[in-house]
Amino acid sequence: MSTPIAAGTLSASSPAASRGRTLRRWRRRIALLGESTPATVGIVLILAWVALALLAPLIAPYPPNANDMAALAHTTPSRAHWLGADHLGRDILSRILWGARPVLVIAPLAVLGAAVLGSLLGLAAGYYGRWIDLVITRACDIVLSFPVIILYMIILAHFGSSAWNIIGVLTLTKAPIIARIVRGMTLDLREREYVAAAKMRGESALYIMLVEILPNARGPLVVDMCLRTGYNVIIIGALGFLGIGLPPPDPDWGGMVKDTYGMMMVWPHMALFPCAAISSLVVGFNLLAVGLRELGLRD
Amino acid sequence: MTDGPLLDVRDLRIAYTTRAGEAVVVPGVSFQLNAGEALGLVGESGCGKSTVALSIVRYLGRAGRITGGSIRFEGRELTTLDETGLRAIRGRRIAMVYQDPMASLNPVMTVGHQLMEAPMTHEGVSASAARARALAMLAEVKLADPAAVMDRYPHQLSGGQQQRIVIAMALITGPALLIMDEPTTGLDVTVEAAVLDLVRELRSRHHSAILFISHNLGSVVRVCDRVAVMYRGELVEDGPVRRIFTNPRHPYTRGLLDCLPTLGSDKRQAPLVPIAGQVESALIRSPGCGFAGRCAHVEIGRCTSRPIPSATVREEPDHHVACVRADELARWTRRSGADIAHEAGGPREPMVVIHHLTKTYEPRRRGFRGSRAPVRAVFDVDLAAARGRTLAIVGESGCGKSTIAKVLSGLEVATAGGVTLDGVEVGALAVDARSPALKRKLQMVFQNPDSTLNPSHTVGYAIGRALRRLQGRAPGDLTGGVARLLEVVKLSPAMAARKPRHLSGGEKQRAAIARALASDPDVIVADEPVSALDVSVQAAIVNLLTEIQAAHGTTLVFISHDLAVVRYLADTVAVMYLGTVAELGPVERVFTPPYHPYTEALLSAVPVPDPDRAVARILLEGRVPSAGEIPPGCPFATRCPRRIGAICDETPPPVQRFGDHRIACHIPGDELRRLQTDLVEPRTTGR
Repeated sequence: MSTPIAAGTLSASSPAASRGRTLRRWRRRIALLGESTPATVGIVLILAWVALALLAPLIAPYPPNANDMAALAHTTPSRAHWLGADHLGRDILSRILWGARPVLVIAPLAVLGAAVLGSLLGLAAGYYGRWIDLVITRACDIVLSFPVIILYMIILAHFGSSAWNIIGVLTLTKAPIIARIVRGMTLDLREREYVAAAKMRGESALYIMLVEILPNARGPLVVDMCLRTGYNVIIIGALGFLGIGLPPPDPDWGGMVKDTYGMMMVWPHMALFPCAAISSLVVGFNLLAVGLRELGLRD
Repeated sequence: MTDGPLLDVRDLRIAYTTRAGEAVVVPGVSFQLNAGEALGLVGESGCGKSTVALSIVRYLGRAGRITGGSIRFEGRELTTLDETGLRAIRGRRIAMVYQDPMASLNPVMTVGHQLMEAPMTHEGVSASAARARALAMLAEVKLADPAAVMDRYPHQLSGGQQQRIVIAMALITGPALLIMDEPTTGLDVTVEAAVLDLVRELRSRHHSAILFISHNLGSVVRVCDRVAVMYRGELVEDGPVRRIFTNPRHPYTRGLLDCLPTLGSDKRQAPLVPIAGQVESALIRSPGCGFAGRCAHVEIGRCTSRPIPSATVREEPDHHVACVRADELARWTRRSGADIAHEAGGPREPMVVIHHLTKTYEPRRRGFRGSRAPVRAVFDVDLAAARGRTLAIVGESGCGKSTIAKVLSGLEVATAGGVTLDGVEVGALAVDARSPALKRKLQMVFQNPDSTLNPSHTVGYAIGRALRRLQGRAPGDLTGGVARLLEVVKLSPAMAARKPRHLSGGEKQRAAIARALASDPDVIVADEPVSALDVSVQAAIVNLLTEIQAAHGTTLVFISHDLAVVRYLADTVAVMYLGTVAELGPVERVFTPPYHPYTEALLSAVPVPDPDRAVARILLEGRVPSAGEIPPGCPFATRCPRRIGAICDETPPPVQRFGDHRIACHIPGDELRRLQTDLVEPRTTGR
């Protein structure tokens, strides 16, 4: 898009000054996040997982799929296997670290997809109104009225399970929720005088929706995206648990729970550690969402 | 009760905790209010008026704190009183009336229950006794049919009726002090006049003291005995109404009076003088006079080095002013319209012609069997704006003036009739259907400074985008154009990099004007561009529009409910009521008899900051019929104080023409002239 460039040339004399200003603005925003305890805790949790996932090849003590026959005799946490080993003798810590990678790619990508699709649908429904609104709203209602897990099972059973299919399914099922939020905000924002001013200089509907309306809906949208990312982590876990998540043998937190929950009574650690991984990441996203909302309200 | 004043505020200091540190909003205020007295507190927004009022009932919220001084009410210290003590005083001894009546009323309770609540909880009165008192109180605030009103919910009443109910609620416990915070700001002129007269009358009957906060000097004059002028949290001047308005000593008070358009003068006779600059932040305070930064009479050193004490004005013992130079300044004179300089030049060719314009809206069907009677917003309107001149359209809310603006700008299309813009018919053309040349010709300035600029974009982007779209400038070639436009509206080029939230209301409105000017339009339609601004800022914006018109020969269609601004700015005035034009003519003719009875009522309702002319002479009864229930005869017949009989209800009024002056009324013009007195006689002597 050429428009931000135009704004940039207007507001700054040199690119370097502009870069400095952007940097300062981001520093101020991050400092602002620090004012909210939930946001700080959330950010720390999320960044910790991102770091662990990135460093997995370096810090994981074993290859994720390596079977250590010696460990089979003694699966509980030990000096050799800090979080113990599973029923096939694989190191749980290594598998959790490696398992963080697909989750941290799939969950945000799916939310991004849902945000793009949902925003477009919501903008169109709210801006045009009338029959376009009716068709989009009803279509969203239909998707939302399905029991979600069954929907996932049907679609994934049909198309097979892969990372891309999971992203596709999550995008489709989350988009209607985002569409509703954006539609509601658009209904309000389209009556603003700056939208009338844009019409009076002959802007296209697409420009008005994307450049005049959408940026002003970003606050609630970002908060919601944060929450949705957390929910997606849960759903990815649930899909793995149901056996329609990522194909084995690569580690997947939900799949790890599925493989070992039968041994809960004897070796609870095999299922509990991956569960703890899932919940800590979800809590991280939720806290960040809470913090962002708090900061948004205060402005 | 003890002797001495009812309310005694001494050295009151209030601070707010903000992200940027502690802001001393009120550095020290002292005033007294005697039983039964009415004190007006005036100043621009952000001057701490409301903060002082809220601190009296200790409603400052979490961020605000009283950091010093004392507030004694009926001999009791309020600054240290505990919650139980405060509860006993709030509502019972001190009542408050706020600006928005809907915010004070509970939407799910009937009016009757809300009125009965206070006597029942505060005084333990029985339900039947409380009901009787509520009925009596509703009759006192002059609501027709009190028994029926008791069973209504707030949303079933008009804004004026709601505010009367809030006043009734405040007075029902017989409070010793009534605090009114901008009680008439959201109301139409005629309703405002009626509410102000009511307050005046109730005050003399109930002997409640009133602390009346307003930015409108005219309404203060109507209600108060004394006035205190506040600037940046300090009282700069106080005294009896007459003294303040005839002999203001403080430059700030003079500034407030000078920037106010009056009904007696226009732009050619007595230009408005805006106060320079804007209210400065409470975070930075110099040791001297708070107004020094904006004052035309400032003397660096004397004014800026130490706190300015409040002193008694010579020969006026009850008049105090906090200005070291007060005695040196010449006596103030009211801007006078005596030297009438008439505009030269004959009639000009019309730029915008509205002919037989009708706009109806199809209401959305409610449920399955709802009625679908179309709502008539504008009916058969004929108007014209001459090239380079100003056509003003005035009227109360719902009269159709904004609908006309929307049809002109193409945001709505005409149902019947049309609009020609420089000879081209555009009434049926939505803005998308207009050619780029037509879009360039007409641009709009909107009412709400907070929504006129997109909060996500910088000012420079907003103006630059308009240059690109309407002038076809290349994206790289905008900086100069933007800077030039900002200069035209007297903003610094550095503003281009700012987002709207860093701008004040007046600056936002200037930026919006710059955006409208980007296409170098022949016509600017301004829909209430100054009604959301402080008087001082309003004057500057009005002057700016006048200057732009003079420099570019722009035709201005100015829509407003404020007759004083219209009188000042307009060449031609159209007075609208319920979608039709009641009166149309050159501004001097519309503002002198004969008037249409509606114009007469509007003019007499305008609050004038002059103690000698403070009372509305004509009060309108009843409410404006909704656009769905327009009377078949004269639209104004249901409220007209000069109604002559059945003919008014049944037959649409004939349009009487007196040269270029038109009045739609059944009463002959000569008869109207005989009945009416001049409501805006130009003042021939300065005082």
